[in-house]
Amino acid sequence: LATWVPVVGLEIHAQINSNSKLFSASQVQFAAPPNSLVSFFDASLPGTLPVLNRRCVEAAVMTGLALNCTINKKSLFDRKHYFYADLPAGYQITQQRVPIAVNGNLSYSLCIDNKMSQMVTKTVRIKQIQLEQDSGKSLHDDARSHTLVDLNRAGVGLMEVVMEPDMCCGEEAAAAVRELQLILQTLGSSQAIMAEGQLRVDANVSVHHPGEPYGVRTEVKNINSVRFLAKAVDYEIRRQIEELENGGTILNETRAFDSKLGCTISMRDKEGKQDYRFMPEPNLPPLILYDAKSLPANMNHQQVVNIDWIRERLPDLPSVKRAKLVELYGILPEHSFTLLNEDGLAEYFENVIKHTQMKPKKVIGWILNDLLSYLKEHALAVKDSPVSSFLLADLLNLLERREISSSAAKQVFEELWKGEGKTPLEIVKEKQLELLQDQEELEQICQAVIDRQEDEVGVGMLG
Amino acid sequence: EGPLQVSAALREGRVGAVELCQRCLARVRGTGFLNAYISVAEAAALRQAEEAEKRYRRGQPLGILDGIPVAVKDNFNTAGIETTCASNMLKGYISPYNATVVQKLLDQGAVLLGKTNLDEFAMGSGSTDGVFGPVRNPWSYSRQYKEKNPPKSHSENEDSEWVIAGGSSGGSAAAVSSFTCFAALGSDTGGSTRNPAAHCGVVGLKPTYGLISRHGLIPLVNSMDVPGILTRCVDDAAVVLGLLAGHDPKDSTTIQDTFKPFELPDSIDIRKLCIGIPKEYQVPGLSSEIQALWSKVADLFKDAGAKVIEVSLPHTPYSIVCYHVLCTAEVASNMARFDGLEYGHRADMKQSTESMYAATRREGFNDVVRGRILAGNYFLLKENYENYFVKAQKVRRLIANDFVKVFGSAVDILLTPTTLSDAAPYVEFIKEDNRTRSAQDDILTQAANMAGLPAISVPAALSKRGLPLGLQFIGRSFQEKQLLSVAKWFEKQVKFPAIQLEDMKRHDCSVLQHQKSVSSL
Repeated sequence: LATWVPVVGLEIHAQINSNSKLFSASQVQFAAPPNSLVSFFDASLPGTLPVLNRRCVEAAVMTGLALNCTINKKSLFDRKHYFYADLPAGYQITQQRVPIAVNGNLSYSLCIDNKMSQMVTKTVRIKQIQLEQDSGKSLHDDARSHTLVDLNRAGVGLMEVVMEPDMCCGEEAAAAVRELQLILQTLGSSQAIMAEGQLRVDANVSVHHPGEPYGVRTEVKNINSVRFLAKAVDYEIRRQIEELENGGTILNETRAFDSKLGCTISMRDKEGKQDYRFMPEPNLPPLILYDAKSLPANMNHQQVVNIDWIRERLPDLPSVKRAKLVELYGILPEHSFTLLNEDGLAEYFENVIKHTQMKPKKVIGWILNDLLSYLKEHALAVKDSPVSSFLLADLLNLLERREISSSAAKQVFEELWKGEGKTPLEIVKEKQLELLQDQEELEQICQAVIDRQEDEVGVGMLG
Repeated sequence: EGPLQVSAALREGRVGAVELCQRCLARVRGTGFLNAYISVAEAAALRQAEEAEKRYRRGQPLGILDGIPVAVKDNFNTAGIETTCASNMLKGYISPYNATVVQKLLDQGAVLLGKTNLDEFAMGSGSTDGVFGPVRNPWSYSRQYKEKNPPKSHSENEDSEWVIAGGSSGGSAAAVSSFTCFAALGSDTGGSTRNPAAHCGVVGLKPTYGLISRHGLIPLVNSMDVPGILTRCVDDAAVVLGLLAGHDPKDSTTIQDTFKPFELPDSIDIRKLCIGIPKEYQVPGLSSEIQALWSKVADLFKDAGAKVIEVSLPHTPYSIVCYHVLCTAEVASNMARFDGLEYGHRADMKQSTESMYAATRREGFNDVVRGRILAGNYFLLKENYENYFVKAQKVRRLIANDFVKVFGSAVDILLTPTTLSDAAPYVEFIKEDNRTRSAQDDILTQAANMAGLPAISVPAALSKRGLPLGLQFIGRSFQEKQLLSVAKWFEKQVKFPAIQLEDMKRHDCSVLQHQKSVSSL
């Protein structure tokens, strides 16, 4: 059987976390009443002009720096033309010629063989990050043959992050996207929640034989979660291999992922390839960014974006946070991944550490095995946990001081989960789970038990 | 009389703002056959005039323009007053916002009489290709013109001899020329303010690109459009410029520098001036009359002591072709928003979205607009982009550099004709199509748009046919004060005759019913 080398690249659109849109002052808000967040510019009223939102530029610079990109001190805006109901101006303002950031990389980790014990680090190159407008939303009402258009989203700022085809399978793609999500959320440049459309991923997939040139690639869209991303990519790889092995060819087309059927479906357009007739956006001068060296002395700092100023204020990225957790608490690297993967879990863990005498290496077990499994079972986020970090710390202190056994502790934990407001100590007393420390008391109890048993023993021996 | 003098009259109480407004409105009605106005906002104008009058009585006018009737070309957004761009696409469109320049006028207390006629979407050089019909040059009805053009026979309809107003801001030029208002806004992309100014015998100023906000001006070519100012004398243009210029945060292409309004000196030392005469502007179609006038004026400056030299702008011959590529490309892009979905005309076509778009755009745009969209899209195709659009951008840079070189070599001002000849009779003008006419007529004006430079057309003399001839001055970027000072000096020397409009009641016949009166406002 000939070996195939799958090649996966990603185009990711992340909605910028800003109060207002990329080129207009209307608000950015999820699930607002239709067409309630539309300015004259968003509706493409004739005579309106774009005005660049500073916050969006800062978000893109932050993201570029976090992804080790070169920030282009001069970048340009272009118009990309096509007709669609959710694109009021008939063109999207994007950065096709010179984007704001280029040539970066993202490191992510995978577990080998699904065991959390073996992690390997991989890198994917970031081709570029560009600023562009989001489109509105259209809902097709086939029954009444019309389309409903909501322009709330039209003009919201997006960062398009292009990942080079350095990945080879669904798992890698998913891990890369997950790490990007964490980075964006840490920076605050995007909330990156896929379910709310704040992070959209399109996958470019192709296969080829080793040593041969890359195969024809397809673009896979309509992927709504990280899990589906892995499925979609793997399905498409299998589909292409099968097609080619049966003597068929791969078309350079766009395919939609159907999550119910678990497969990709051709979205073949009868019109053929679009010519977007790119043209420079004449209403926006080139975007000039400064750094400490190039910033003129008399420049009003309100009017400029200083790359170095932003760099100095970058928060610790996930990879740094993980390394710190491992170093500080002696936990395993894979533990640090899980801690950062769940929103708020690392903070929870650290708060427990602060309030307990139990060693971190033992605490981590409670966090990852007990707390996390309960949370997952009840589909709760860390912030909604009925057991607060303080309560857990109290419980762990009882265990650490050997006032209860570990099996008793688990019972108490289960009880705490009910969220009835009792403290661990109260539950212990209520259920009489205290470990007996008193030697004499222990001897009395044992003697009593043996005495009870003696009668039975006696009976047995007579029989 | 211009805003300065009228303003004094208002302040001194010699005339009231309301009476002034009423007189102007009457004049608008009386000159209806010129078809200079698309919409007249009578009720709103009178209300504004009343407010102005109250302020004058209190002794607290907002400024020079308070209470002064003005008109605005119908491609500027005016809240509550229809903005049509003389197109079916925007017939009935009432914008929810004012263009920045309109707002500035209103904030100064100016009385907005109405919206003036133009070529559809500002595409044209005659103001003949709008859906509300052509604009007639007021000089067609002047004694000066009639004396030189007596009707050939009694049965011949006088009306057939009327001449065009020039374009595309013909309505604004005609409105100022016929005394319906004291100043008007036009737009200038390839000469659209200067050309009609020259034909209608008024002053037409094209400011430096980036000096005046384009927010609310429905764009033709974003990288070349500017709001234009039409007045009866140069001082008035300076006043209006002073009120409109300056950075607008809503328009990212306006410069940040603070603009300092200026007054023009009554006299300047001409001997310190160096006037350049670009030899490439000696184009084949230039009428001998204009040729002679141009020479005469060059001599006028020389005799007054200025240095007058021949200069060369070698890339001038390429500018028309370059302009067509860039203009049509931007037009194709700017017109993409007219799809019938959010505003404007929507065709009654329900088969599919695409068919609705196609029908809407076919019905909404005239041939000129559609032709430019097709050409522009062609130039923007991937396979053509380098050869056409990028090439044209490079040529544009060369054209702009021609001016930089000349202005860098101690030349202060360039002197050129504005148009090839005086205004053509309408029946002659329409014998050629819009594209041909535009290519011919833009030749002397559009290089200034390519380079973003300020330019002004000043009435210089009457032609053999009794029609106005204008001459153009082109200045350095953002040196409007120098440009206007020279223009004012020239204006004083020339003493261009006032239009002698005959009793016009006879002409106010059935005429063009397209004139609208927005009395409900």
